[in-house]
Amino acid sequence: MMPRAKLKAQKQARAAELARPLPTGGAWVTKAREGALARWSDMGAPLKRDEYWKFTDPRSLIDAGAPDADLLDMGGEAPVFDSFDRLKLVFTDGVFDPAASDALALDGVEIELLQDAAKADLHWARDLFGALEARGQSPVDRPLASFNTAYATQGVLIRVTATPAKPISLIYQRSDTGADAMLHHVIRVEAGAEVTVLENGPLAARSNTVIEAELAEGATLHHIRSQGRDHARLGAAHIFAQLGAAAQLKSFTLTVNGALTRNEAQVWLDGADGSAHLAGASVGDGAFHADDTVFVAHNAPGCESRQVYKKVLRHGAVGVFQGKILVDRLAQKTDGYQISQALLLDEDAQFLAKPELEIYADDVKCSHGSTSGEIDATQLYYMRARGIPENEAKMLLVLAFLAEALDEIADLDLAGDLRDRLEAWLQRHK
Amino acid sequence: MLNIENLHCELEDDSEVKILKGLSLTINPGEVHAIMGPNGSGKSTLSYVLSGRDGYEVTGGSATLDDADLLDMEPEERAAAGLFLAFQYPVEIPGVGNMTFMRTAVNAQRKARGQEELSAGEFLKVVRAKAKELQIDADMLKRPVNVGFSGGEKKRNEILQMAMLEPKMCILDETDSGLDVDAMKLVSDGVNALRDAGRSFLVITHYQRLLDHIKPDVVHIMSEGRIIKTGGPELALEVEHNGYADLLAEANA
Repeated sequence: MMPRAKLKAQKQARAAELARPLPTGGAWVTKAREGALARWSDMGAPLKRDEYWKFTDPRSLIDAGAPDADLLDMGGEAPVFDSFDRLKLVFTDGVFDPAASDALALDGVEIELLQDAAKADLHWARDLFGALEARGQSPVDRPLASFNTAYATQGVLIRVTATPAKPISLIYQRSDTGADAMLHHVIRVEAGAEVTVLENGPLAARSNTVIEAELAEGATLHHIRSQGRDHARLGAAHIFAQLGAAAQLKSFTLTVNGALTRNEAQVWLDGADGSAHLAGASVGDGAFHADDTVFVAHNAPGCESRQVYKKVLRHGAVGVFQGKILVDRLAQKTDGYQISQALLLDEDAQFLAKPELEIYADDVKCSHGSTSGEIDATQLYYMRARGIPENEAKMLLVLAFLAEALDEIADLDLAGDLRDRLEAWLQRHK
Repeated sequence: MLNIENLHCELEDDSEVKILKGLSLTINPGEVHAIMGPNGSGKSTLSYVLSGRDGYEVTGGSATLDDADLLDMEPEERAAAGLFLAFQYPVEIPGVGNMTFMRTAVNAQRKARGQEELSAGEFLKVVRAKAKELQIDADMLKRPVNVGFSGGEKKRNEILQMAMLEPKMCILDETDSGLDVDAMKLVSDGVNALRDAGRSFLVITHYQRLLDHIKPDVVHIMSEGRIIKTGGPELALEVEHNGYADLLAEANA
């Protein structure tokens, strides 16, 4: 094994190679970016030899030049969430597209673009931008997120003061086959307010996204993300969420296709009786590598957390899950649950899981489980014996397998839309 | 209706294990046949082989349903042809709603037979009426297939599926196991309601008790993969009183 110091030096050297001048902006943004660049330079770039990147090679995420990823022909199919009434904010090739977007106005919500706000003094954004990302660098390094804070110039800053009437929808679309895109969003939900933030579509051939979310006392954030179906795309995404007392976070991610996806989530339950539900459904057929790396820290008593991750894999597709529940000694009466499961549709598919619990309180209820298996032969026979053709029976069983993750979405109509997309995908990949 | 001739089968993974060893059986339309026999005689295997479960290798003989070769069909084709097996151990399917499951099955069979599919509304109307007769409440219809059902509820759910699918050849594999007296009556009433001149039943059971409720026309005794004796309902009573020992000794004599 390589000595730690030598590895660190290599990482730092790689980080220095990738560093470039910071973008210009207002004083507070520049300060945050300088801090992030310092973190990036100190931590160094991620390398395959990092324990944290054991199952996923980060090289293609940081190598010079994005790959060529063909634009997907949707064949006339409407994008996800298309039929829902929502405030639309469109990013084309990672750049805000005002012509395609709604006006930045929604009752109960302040919305600013990162590129504009960087020049204004928005104290709530200033206090959050880069701050949660910085907090998220312990206990493990997440250098790609620091890189994002340092260099992202696009994104939205959302402050929710009262529950808005409709979801805020971040829509990503591409026109360029080989571009990089970086977005950095900040969401602050004030006490008692509730908001739904949707993300959907392919951002770019290669993307790096960060969301920093702060939920005040009794605030609720529903985050539902559908990552675009483009086959060759590469992407790293981070969500950092800090929850106050009785705050609730529900975050769901659908990952369909994509050559490489690394979704990291870091949640802090800092106030009593908070609740964090993180869920994901991924389906991959062929060149597909989807990695969910999730860390939930219980820092206060009486909080509840759930991690529910389901992957359906075939033809060499690889699924990764690294999940950890950390329970501080102050966090008595913690209720933590974590399940990661893969359905391997053939012998070429692979699922790598590293579930972890680290508990310092003595009165807690925590469970975790990880399984990988194939379609249950007895269930399949039972369904066929009732006259359901094999392919249809398999599809029902696959959807049933994914259902536990989809069930984490509170809005049944939005969940139904995603379920329909999964069903269509399964129909195409029979 | 169902015609089985000299059927032989063994385990797919172990050809040393022969289970059916020349079984023959003919069931005419409208008849109810019962098969009784000691544990390990191959009764359940017969139901699996007829319905097309993996794991068994048919090495000889034939099984036809109205002259169609059952053994040449996929399980779903057998179902669409009118064969139904009420499972001894109904299978739990988490994540698939009971109602969705039944509607998918009914419509898949209708489609296979070239009939128009039932709309959700039509289906709901029929299933509610039939469920009521079997005392299956709305909650059981909504829950995932057999998940959290008691033993009796699972068996009633099997009969509900049978009623919805309207098969012509019904095989009941130890449908009485795990049922209390009241549940047995309910299940039997459900079966009896389906009896008609065009529908036949093969009732596999250990106990004469069930046959008090579902009165068979013919009773077969099965042992070591073969029918060793065939008679009327009195044969079941004889087993109830004397056990299988005498019959087995007679067959081996």
